Amino acid sequence: MEMLSVKNIGISFGGLHAVDSFSITINKGELYGLIGPNGAGKTTVFNLLTGVYKPDIGQIFLDGENITGRSTIEINKAGIARTFQNIRLFKNMSVLDNVKCGLHNDYKYSSFSGIFRLPSYFKTEKIMNERAYEILEVFGLEKEAKILSSNLPYGKQRKLEIARALATNPKLLLLDEPAAGMNPSETEELMDTISLVRKQYDVTILLIEHDMKLVSGICEKIFVLNFGIELANGLPQDVLNDPEVIKAYLGE
Amino acid sequence: MTTQFLNIKKLNKSTRYNIVTVGSILIAYAICMYMINAGNMSNLLQNLLVAMCYYGIMAVSLNLTVGILGQLSLGHAGFMCIGAFTGAFFSKIMINTMDNVIIRFTLAILIGAAMAGLFGVIIGIVVLRLRGDYLAIVTLAFGEIIKNVLNVLYIGYDSRGIHFSMKDTASLNLEEGGMVIVKGAQGISGTPRNATFTIGVALLIITYLIIVNLVNSRSGRAIMAIRDNHIAAESVGIDITKYKILAFSISAALAGVAGVLYSHNIATVQSTKFGYNTSILILVFVVLGGMGNLRGSMIAAILLTVLPEYLRFMRDYRMLIYAIVLIVMMIFNWAPIFINWRKNHSLKDAFNNILKKIVKAKKEA
Repeated sequence: MEMLSVKNIGISFGGLHAVDSFSITINKGELYGLIGPNGAGKTTVFNLLTGVYKPDIGQIFLDGENITGRSTIEINKAGIARTFQNIRLFKNMSVLDNVKCGLHNDYKYSSFSGIFRLPSYFKTEKIMNERAYEILEVFGLEKEAKILSSNLPYGKQRKLEIARALATNPKLLLLDEPAAGMNPSETEELMDTISLVRKQYDVTILLIEHDMKLVSGICEKIFVLNFGIELANGLPQDVLNDPEVIKAYLGE
Repeated sequence: MTTQFLNIKKLNKSTRYNIVTVGSILIAYAICMYMINAGNMSNLLQNLLVAMCYYGIMAVSLNLTVGILGQLSLGHAGFMCIGAFTGAFFSKIMINTMDNVIIRFTLAILIGAAMAGLFGVIIGIVVLRLRGDYLAIVTLAFGEIIKNVLNVLYIGYDSRGIHFSMKDTASLNLEEGGMVIVKGAQGISGTPRNATFTIGVALLIITYLIIVNLVNSRSGRAIMAIRDNHIAAESVGIDITKYKILAFSISAALAGVAGVLYSHNIATVQSTKFGYNTSILILVFVVLGGMGNLRGSMIAAILLTVLPEYLRFMRDYRMLIYAIVLIVMMIFNWAPIFINWRKNHSLKDAFNNILKKIVKAKKEA
């Protein structure tokens, strides 16, 4: 069953075709890797999928629903959540509150009941706390729940960002270089976490990564992008041995 | 005693913080009332008591926009102006028809807050598309527009209803026996002086609780998420426009409350009192008290309201000294040495130590 189906999307900035007729189909539950040399347009693809940029041409379908041209907020509500290459946490808020921001649209009460502390406030906050702690436990962050997110060590900040994205209950999770800046043992731990997340949350994942060990270790399929166009697409062993891909990465 | 002590410990951190803050306000209030009744308070200070309250409300409410939403607003006095005029206007019209002072003043506060909040929404929709310096300049402009429009506005009231004019009193075409309420640059005079220190303190506490409860709720998290990272906030589905306008208009409405308090405390309200000087003054309270620190805002507002009055003996040098004191406070207030000193000498520790001693003494007995 198709979870994400992208048909020939493209965007240009001035004369630069940052992404050109990009098509991908991701089935439900799959873990797809998006790789490519620096400046290949990987993050631009993420920005197109999440509505930060509107594609000039092409269409995007999520779970059969056309989400082309919608705003970031609507796309998140439709079921795409993401993390960022440069970590974007809510720095002056606690770890717990970061996750609770992710629960914003699933558990609601009005500002009025918040200000005047009506019963719905206490009821919903209690459920939100339970849910947030559940998610934090998956990432082993429950002990740090009350501290400021900016005081977390780097690896845990990355994890918290994934936790926050998962809190929005997405169908598709986009991870932008989740292992960037991590040491080998942290990367190892992250791979375990990603596997655990897939098991527990029944979520489809598309991730950008430079760490080939991680990509070949957990991705079921790989898409290679170069200068905004598709270079290769398929199973890891085929793609990584493709002479074109090796040429793009290592030069001739 | 022991059980009570333990219960305080069990409460969650923000609740404890609020109890301490509201408790401190109430203790300060009790001390002031005691001093007034005993005749120990100078007239000068007595006259400042309500001013402390409305400046406190202004500082706390501006902190919602500047410290918690993270948007710099330089037109906060404009909303105070709207609240002051609306509240005073309502009280003047109703002075003969509504005898119950409490109901009339409560309604004046609510109407003043609603009107300021409404302007907050309208202006917020227009200006909150901007950020940083641009937003600061535009809010400054709106504050001045409000001030200057009210400066030339004439409103009269007779049996046919309410009349507006931007020219002069004569062009209102009032019937005989009609009453001119807003007289352009002269503003509104003869507003019933219903504002008391008690009401001011009550409103300050209510304002504080409204903001603190907002901050610790779902909407408050959304507002702070926008401040910390608006791109990430959008990515988790938080409606940025909605929460920016929500915070801005609540902040404006509370400034309106301060305005109503102001206009019912002095005989004449003139719009020139609400220029950008006042906006900057309130911003100084917020910056000095600490961005997002509501308790600090209140303390700064109270200190800086009292200070210039006590510097009056310096005559021409008054504002110079005031400025120097301000600079010194800015430098030292957040200096690490002073922060440590405050930590080591905090009231909380002193209070806990006393409690511990009492518990110990009881055990021994």
